[in-house]
Amino acid sequence: MFDVSAAALAAQLFTGLVLGMIFVLLAIGLSLIFGLMTVVNFAHGSFYMLGAYFGFVLLGLSGSFWVALAFAPLAVGVFGLLVERFLIRPLYGRNPDDPLLLTFGLSLVLVESARVIWGKIGLTLDPPAALAGAVNLGFTWFPTYRLFVIAVTIVVVVALWVFLKRTNVGLVIRAGSRDPLMVAALGVDLRRIRMLVFGIGSALAGLAGILAGPMRGAYAEMGVTMIIESFVVVVVGGMGSLLGAVVAGLLIGEVVSLTTFFAPKLSDIAVFGVMALVLLLRPSGLFGEAGLME
Amino acid sequence: MQRRTFLKTATVGAATLAFPSIVRAQGGDTIKIGFPGPTTGPFGALAKDQQQGAIVAVEEINAKGGVLGRKLEVLFRDDELKPAVGAQRTKELIENEKCEFIVGGLAAHVQMAINEQTKAAKKLFISVSQSDEITAKPDLGPLTFHEALNPTITSRAVGSWISQNLGKKWWILYADYAWGKQNTAVLSEGLKKQGGTLLGSTPYPLGNPEFSAHLPRIIDAKPEVLVTMTPGADNIAFLKQAISFGMKKQMKIAQPLHWLPQLKQGGPDLYSDIYAGISFTWQLEDSIPEAKNYVQLYRKKYNEPPGDYGAYAYSAIHEVARGITLAKAVNSDAVASALLANPTYNHYKGKQWWRTCDHKAFQDLWIVKGRERAKMKGDWDFLDVVQKVAASESLDRTCGEKGVA
Repeated sequence: MFDVSAAALAAQLFTGLVLGMIFVLLAIGLSLIFGLMTVVNFAHGSFYMLGAYFGFVLLGLSGSFWVALAFAPLAVGVFGLLVERFLIRPLYGRNPDDPLLLTFGLSLVLVESARVIWGKIGLTLDPPAALAGAVNLGFTWFPTYRLFVIAVTIVVVVALWVFLKRTNVGLVIRAGSRDPLMVAALGVDLRRIRMLVFGIGSALAGLAGILAGPMRGAYAEMGVTMIIESFVVVVVGGMGSLLGAVVAGLLIGEVVSLTTFFAPKLSDIAVFGVMALVLLLRPSGLFGEAGLME
Repeated sequence: MQRRTFLKTATVGAATLAFPSIVRAQGGDTIKIGFPGPTTGPFGALAKDQQQGAIVAVEEINAKGGVLGRKLEVLFRDDELKPAVGAQRTKELIENEKCEFIVGGLAAHVQMAINEQTKAAKKLFISVSQSDEITAKPDLGPLTFHEALNPTITSRAVGSWISQNLGKKWWILYADYAWGKQNTAVLSEGLKKQGGTLLGSTPYPLGNPEFSAHLPRIIDAKPEVLVTMTPGADNIAFLKQAISFGMKKQMKIAQPLHWLPQLKQGGPDLYSDIYAGISFTWQLEDSIPEAKNYVQLYRKKYNEPPGDYGAYAYSAIHEVARGITLAKAVNSDAVASALLANPTYNHYKGKQWWRTCDHKAFQDLWIVKGRERAKMKGDWDFLDVVQKVAASESLDRTCGEKGVA
């Protein structure tokens, strides 16, 4: 079982990195939304799915993958803004289960709508010609497109980090997730900030979707399993922690990849094993701040 | 959650109240055939092909005056790819809709649940899904029939062709559920008999679209042939990723079956040079008159050629009709006896027959290979027929091995 070459193992770690990147993008959005609004967004997987389908539509209209890559996340982000404004906002101040139920219901509606609009069988998206081949990494040939996914994710995560740490809006978002009441008392209009954060989170899910599209295709149920694993990432990283989402995303990606390599039958369960272990040792996650959940 | 439960109950209630009236309005004195299938979910496209095949058969039969002077009617239900739902829908079809016959099922595990219901209600069931168990002890019932191929037949035929023509060093990647496991078992056994080597076999969870974590190890093992059981939507995701890792150039890729909806979606860029078995492909219209009849009827109604799973449904509906005509009775027992007494039939691809000890349909199948884009004639011309594998009871387990002799 362990008679594997170092090259294969290195290639394996690389595939895990790409899996991790998609998790990172999804988990950051989930974590941001939860941190600021304590909304457990069950529709996040559907936003991921919409990203892939919007990408497919935009690719068809424009003929350019780059246009699709730029605008599909924006379109999902705008959709997220509308969802926050008209569906979730009326539920603030009520039982936290209410937005959870609402987003759960919304995810069912979106999956069914995708089936109606785009059909029950998946669609395929092709990466642009420039990214279609494979690159020799020395130890293995690796699809260029997957390297591109890694690069895009790094750029987006760094940009987001700068935005949250170095801008005034970022400061308000961070403060709002610590103590919304105090921030509101200081005269900040939290409603707009919440809308913005929900939009950003949705756009990141959309970006994950369009990035995943050329690897996995687009189909209505594509978000269903991803959302569960993304929640695991958020819990492992610590609810509301950006750094936690990044570290845990990469960790879970590698865990999935390596268990698939050594014990494929366990790949499904391994992520939950990691979650259980982390929760036992650090109940608020790897980078979670104690007290946020109360 | 109470609200949800309430809504669910209310919707189901409203549907059952509204539905029978519609059916009754059309119904009159029709002969009803119930048809459960997974119209939603990853097998949706195949289920749609099955429904269309069944509709073509019913319209063809009714246009010729029906059976015993009565029209046929098919009632479709969504089993959601869940055994419990399949059982419930079947029960409703039999008890509420008074269906005397059931045809359908697409996933092996759901078909078993349907079969349990038809056995309990003593109704004829013609399964149109791949499964080894359905015609073996303890699942085979006196009124259970199996029209589709099964993993044993498919994988024995396809496997021995692969090892004789593509190579004897294999890796197998399979969806970790009944159909994937059965095929893997049969393929491994066959390969061993041929003196080949199985370098490794890896399961993946059905419906998981990410295969990249499986690929480095397979590439590293350097098999001559990679045989995969990646059904439904997984098939496209798998091929996309395998090709992006350059595997099509490094090894031959083969699978037990090709499916037309997937071929259409994935196109020749994915499927060229991918080998598989198939129970029916519309190109057979050139050589088989019955195939030509079916393909023409289907094309006329749906403006596209039929797939392999739809053809099973077409044939099964015809068998119900043939059985009723032979028995001169709309009764499951009589129809089953009539079919077994006259086991040979030919509805769409040449001679088929029921083996009387296990009610299994024996039929030809074909080895096919994905065509390159440049060689395609028209939008649907995805396959080259490489070889015909003639129907033979020796490809299946014997009734003794199945425990039903």
